[in-house]
Amino acid sequence: MSESVFHPGQRVRIADRTPPVHHRVPSYVKGRVGTVERVCGLHGEPEKFIRGDGKPFRRIYRVRIPQVELWTDYAGNDKDKLEIEIFEHWLESAE
Amino acid sequence: MSEQDHDHGRTFQPDHAEPTSDAARVGLALRELLIEAGHYTAEEEQQVIADMQGASPENGAKIVARAWTDPAYKARLLANGAGAIRELGFELEPYEFTVMENTGDTHNVIVCTLCSCYPRALLGMSPAWYKSKNYRARVVREPRAVLAEFGVALPDTVDVRVHDSTAELRYMVLPEQPEGTEGWSEEQLAVLVTRDSLIGTQRDLRPG
Repeated sequence: MSESVFHPGQRVRIADRTPPVHHRVPSYVKGRVGTVERVCGLHGEPEKFIRGDGKPFRRIYRVRIPQVELWTDYAGNDKDKLEIEIFEHWLESAE
Repeated sequence: MSEQDHDHGRTFQPDHAEPTSDAARVGLALRELLIEAGHYTAEEEQQVIADMQGASPENGAKIVARAWTDPAYKARLLANGAGAIRELGFELEPYEFTVMENTGDTHNVIVCTLCSCYPRALLGMSPAWYKSKNYRARVVREPRAVLAEFGVALPDTVDVRVHDSTAELRYMVLPEQPEGTEGWSEEQLAVLVTRDSLIGTQRDLRPG
């Protein structure tokens, strides 16, 4: 298993790009900043399944984003959170 | 070219209606080609369908009841869901199984905004509303309003965590044990656990 690049609690930015293939990053989190909630395992890269087996596998992180930062008109508690799985190659440090 | 007889009606499940959309016909044609090319057999496909039909929310209820009665098991379940459900004879590979615990000040709810990912092999087929665009689009944006429609009125003192199941993790909520059920057996407790409480669109479970 390769070492994880990011660690729990680290601030990360989700890339804002749209490759012309299946890529499993919904548009509402693209470009957003959150914190790593936990480090998960290695899995096939969605963009590479269009031809082949998704290898080399990439690490997944769960990223936590405050709801009030996602939606300007969010109706709820300012401690409400959205948590989402993002592959490592979609993340960069935001610290 | 194969000289096999292409009698479609004989190979797909007889209780399925004849396809009426182009997408359904493409799906059936793809299935025929995959089987013909030897990627898998019709028998293997039937077995997968049978296994999924055997899965149900009762499996999740057993896991919840064990967690309520065995604090050490609960700790293992929250730390490593896949390992903990394997102890009870369940398997969700290749997905990672992630259990989110409801507490007095936190409520968890699960969605897949991109499609409709759901731990089918454990909990069976997902409810129709879970796959609806309405639920998928709105529960990430206005979770409290959507939960209220399900009858869950959350006070401001309870934080909402929405989990968008977009990749290789599968989720289940661990609901709170209802008051007044202390000392109940696992079997008695499991009966109280509902499918919606495992998704997070129900919060309070009632004894009896």
